[in-house]
Amino acid sequence: MHYLLASGVDWHVVWVRIGHPNHPFFLALTRTVYIAVIAQIMGVILGLFAALMRMSKLRIFRILSGIYVWIFRGTPLLVQIFFIYYASNQLLGFTLIPNSLNVGLFSLDGAIFAGILALGVNEGAYMREIVRAGIDSIDKGQMEAATSLGMRRGLAMRRIVLPQAARVIIPPLGNEFNNMLKNTSLLFAIGVYEMFADAEIGYSNSFQPTEYFLGVAFWYLVLTTVWTFIQAAIERKLAASERGEELSFRERWQEAWNPVSTRMFSGGQAR
Amino acid sequence: MTAEVVMRAADVHKKFGRLEVLKGVSMDVSTGETVCIIGPSGSGKTTFIRCINHLEKIDSGRIEVNGHLIGYRQSNGKLVEDSERNIARQRTQIGMVFQRFNLFPHKTALENVIEAPLKVLGHDKAHAVDKAKVLLSRVGLGDKLDTYPGKLSGGQQQRVAIARALAMEPALMLFDEPTSALDPEVTGEVLSVMEELAHQGMTMIVVTHEMGFAKEAADRVVMMDGGVIIEEGTPEHFFVAPTHERTKQFLSKIL
Repeated sequence: MHYLLASGVDWHVVWVRIGHPNHPFFLALTRTVYIAVIAQIMGVILGLFAALMRMSKLRIFRILSGIYVWIFRGTPLLVQIFFIYYASNQLLGFTLIPNSLNVGLFSLDGAIFAGILALGVNEGAYMREIVRAGIDSIDKGQMEAATSLGMRRGLAMRRIVLPQAARVIIPPLGNEFNNMLKNTSLLFAIGVYEMFADAEIGYSNSFQPTEYFLGVAFWYLVLTTVWTFIQAAIERKLAASERGEELSFRERWQEAWNPVSTRMFSGGQAR
Repeated sequence: MTAEVVMRAADVHKKFGRLEVLKGVSMDVSTGETVCIIGPSGSGKTTFIRCINHLEKIDSGRIEVNGHLIGYRQSNGKLVEDSERNIARQRTQIGMVFQRFNLFPHKTALENVIEAPLKVLGHDKAHAVDKAKVLLSRVGLGDKLDTYPGKLSGGQQQRVAIARALAMEPALMLFDEPTSALDPEVTGEVLSVMEELAHQGMTMIVVTHEMGFAKEAADRVVMMDGGVIIEEGTPEHFFVAPTHERTKQFLSKIL
């Protein structure tokens, strides 16, 4: 039984990968995190603009927004990553993706830059739908009340509608970031040294797939778990400001394990 | 009463698709006057009041507030919809109170009231806050400044909404069935705020079924049915001797 379970797995290597990761691994982990964070921020900004364009009075904006989502949701992420890294310079006729990007002391590898761009643009297409659903979920009376007070639509959107929509957007946004953390692993295919690349290289040097892939799976799980707690904290803060109260410890605990809070939709505002 | 006209509606027509909801409504409201609009649901009274601050477009006719055409400008003898900027500016003069309150749930009572004076009129914060405190005290909510709408009762929310509209110092206040979403026991607190407002000389147009309020505060009652005004007169007229058969039927149901 013991033999079946362990079947030649070197548990010491697994333990080292989990408990005593080396320096290159930590660099890779850091890279995974910052790529995910920057790409997600980019996705949110692009998604917000695309959602506002989708609701514009001008038909050309609506069409552009539609084409954007159509293309980036309709093709595989891996294809987009390869396309942006290898083909975009040729297609555009100018250097969108440099070999390396130097801004002062800060230097970014071209592949990382392309990877962030691809992940961010792809994410924007998904975020557009999330942002739009969030805005649509806000009662029309809010816009009417704001404009009746003499606010113009843009101001009313910024001050009244979007802050309320944010509460609806945050839970699915959290799930998107969870996906983003994992999708960064695709960038190993264009040579970005992130967490999965580190594991992949370790495996090909040692031919110990279980050890290396189990180790890296563990670390992805650590990242997504930490994020789950951060997300719960953000949601708690938003919900508390709406209801004007803080949550009990027990509620926090429950929310941490069940972050897509259904309270947001049911408990909202008392009429 | 000085007969200066604050709101003038002339032959207003409005269609939703093929359904004509306003079939030529004309009405003048003078400074300090309180006019109640009554009528069965579907009579067009809510649509009419929403046309006055251009929440609804009109198909023909014209609406003026303080002598300014609302929502449209004249171009080569035709009416075309005005710019968003101008419509927004006109609305600062017209307060609106909604059936469902429409308070901003992410802002406290005080923040609800100061939002537009700060962001639209550009008042400084100290001034706006002082004024908002006075207004909230006037509607009996001086102790609820930092309370979020979700923690207020319907009657309290509606009183915040009234204070919010008053903070813009409008020339005209519109009330769209302000008590019909409220429990019967709290309608009184909202109506008494409105009565006080009427007695202080605010110009008000109120869509309501509260004949008690009409009797207490209205200078004039207007009965609408089928998209037109079928009868108007003093509240006493409606209590004592309504002439139109439809009005008699309607009043017998609500009184």
